[in-house]
Amino acid sequence: MQRYSGFGLVKHALSHHENWQRQWRNPTPKKQYDVIIVGGGGHGLATAYYLAKEFGIKNVAVIEKGWLGGGNTARNTTIVRSNYLWDESAALYEHSMKLWEGLSQDLNYNVMFSQRGVLNVGHTLQDMRDIQRRVNANRLNGIDGEVLDAKGVQELVPIMDCSKNARYPVMGASWQPRAGVARHDAVAWGYARGADAHGVDILQQTEVTGFKIRDGQIYGVHTNRGDIEAKTVGCVAAGNSSVLAKMGGFKLPLESHPLQALVSEPIKPILDTVVMSNHVHGYISQSDKGDLVIGAGIDGYNGYGQRGSYPTVEHTLQAIVEMFPIFSRVRMNRQWGGIVDTCPDACPIMSKTPVKGLYFNCGWGTGGFKATPGSGHVFAASLAKGEMHPIAEPFSMFRFHSGALIDEHGAAGVAH
Amino acid sequence: MFYIYCPYCGEHREEEEFHPKGQAHIERPKEPEACSDEEWGNYLFFRDNPRGVHHEMWVHAVGCRKFFNMTRHTVSYEILETYKMGEQPSITADSQNPPRETVPVSHPEGVRA
Ligand SMILES: Cc1cc2nc3c(=O)[nH]c(=O)nc-3n(C[C@H](O)[C@H](O)[C@H](O)COP(=O)(O)OP(=O)(O)OC[C@H]3O[C@@H](n4cnc5c(N)ncnc54)[C@H](O)[C@@H]3O)c2cc1C
Ligand SMILES: [Zn+2]
Repeated sequence: MQRYSGFGLVKHALSHHENWQRQWRNPTPKKQYDVIIVGGGGHGLATAYYLAKEFGIKNVAVIEKGWLGGGNTARNTTIVRSNYLWDESAALYEHSMKLWEGLSQDLNYNVMFSQRGVLNVGHTLQDMRDIQRRVNANRLNGIDGEVLDAKGVQELVPIMDCSKNARYPVMGASWQPRAGVARHDAVAWGYARGADAHGVDILQQTEVTGFKIRDGQIYGVHTNRGDIEAKTVGCVAAGNSSVLAKMGGFKLPLESHPLQALVSEPIKPILDTVVMSNHVHGYISQSDKGDLVIGAGIDGYNGYGQRGSYPTVEHTLQAIVEMFPIFSRVRMNRQWGGIVDTCPDACPIMSKTPVKGLYFNCGWGTGGFKATPGSGHVFAASLAKGEMHPIAEPFSMFRFHSGALIDEHGAAGVAH
Repeated sequence: MFYIYCPYCGEHREEEEFHPKGQAHIERPKEPEACSDEEWGNYLFFRDNPRGVHHEMWVHAVGCRKFFNMTRHTVSYEILETYKMGEQPSITADSQNPPRETVPVSHPEGVRA
């Protein structure tokens, strides 16, 4: 792998940047691998990367039906935070946060991780009580967090309407300074390049159409480019997980919903942090290019169409204008949707399944981008050892039979 | 924007008057106490979530406030029918041939019933 550096940039300038090495190969599928990962989003690619790099399993294929990151990974609004309420989720997202903090170095790829902080704004007494409870829980788990009052919020975000005259006056917020945003494509590409360098085959334009199962044990997958064998298969297919589960002969406690986002025309730097509000239901940040990145909640109906309805867009923008009247004349540039796999307790599933050797990593719903490094890491460990990693263990799909749910709904709300 | 026919009001109304309420035709176990953990968990949480024809409940929240059923395609989003509670769908995944997914969508904004 050609390493990137400032010196390399200067060197390649001399040849007009025409001789950069390709970031990953485009191999023909082998007949057999040790592990197959279905889904070339961030989580799948991270899984492959850590499998090869940390667990010495290099005979791995990542099978992606479209292009890398073309699922939710490169459609998301890139909020990264770890201030979740319950111990299980705090452990998972904080594990991820720690990996984020060294990720660009580790991958030798600039993922533009920017720890600009995230505010979760409260507008009611109950909001503030929940915020206090969550921040206290975070601190007990060693996660940074502060409770701010309205004045503190106003100081951090001068352009926000924190006046008493607002329809839903801001009463305060939780503030996680280590939280922030990252560049989503770079995350997919960086992991892909890293995995490829360790020998992982990345097979794009290859769709898994069925599983090869004998006596309850998986031994391969059917694809549009022929059958490929492996005794361990990890499915990391986000919104399409239920479809894959059906091929395996079981159901998941998931619903696939459209989740939309928008970006505005680029404007000069005006917002240097991330503001989220569950109550008026919207969130916003500003990208390095200058566009405002805006999102809110899912469209309530099931959908695989990667687009939603206009009323949802309208409600989202109403919330933004409520908090930021200054943005009322900003024009929106683009709008899109992804298919998110929501789970009843708003927590992911990292799990064995009724089929031996077949594992699923899904249910990240509206908020899995932030977990990409941690999820990949613990899922890789689980696939390598055949036993779920302790951080992944509580997220078994069978918690919906045992009743041991991890109810992040209260803490998550607009859960990105 | 969906334009939804409420089978109780007998009218097409805009999507904003309605809320989707998830998979239809789920029957609560007659004797919850007699269920195994698995049966009860399946009833509460596990869903079909098909990529294709889906039967789902909607409520006419700011209209007649009644629940009704809808058959809708989850990729094209086309509404294939709406019908009253207690009735059975006349269109199912099996009766859809060829699968709708391959049929070009004529109304990309979501369609009339
Ligand atoms: C609009 C929007 C905003 C969001 N905002 C945030 C946010 O601010 N912060 C945050 O943390 N999270 C956010 N999320 C959620 C986040 O994007 C996801 O949880 C995360 O990216 C999931 O990553 P993944 O790798 O599991 O899935 P994906 O990136 O969706 O990858 C799954 C891949 O599987 C492939 N696949 C599916 N079926 C098959 C098959 N049969 N064969 C081969 N390949 C297949 C798909 O093509 C896809 O590329 C947002 C999501 C959306 C849609
Ligand atoms: Zn009605």
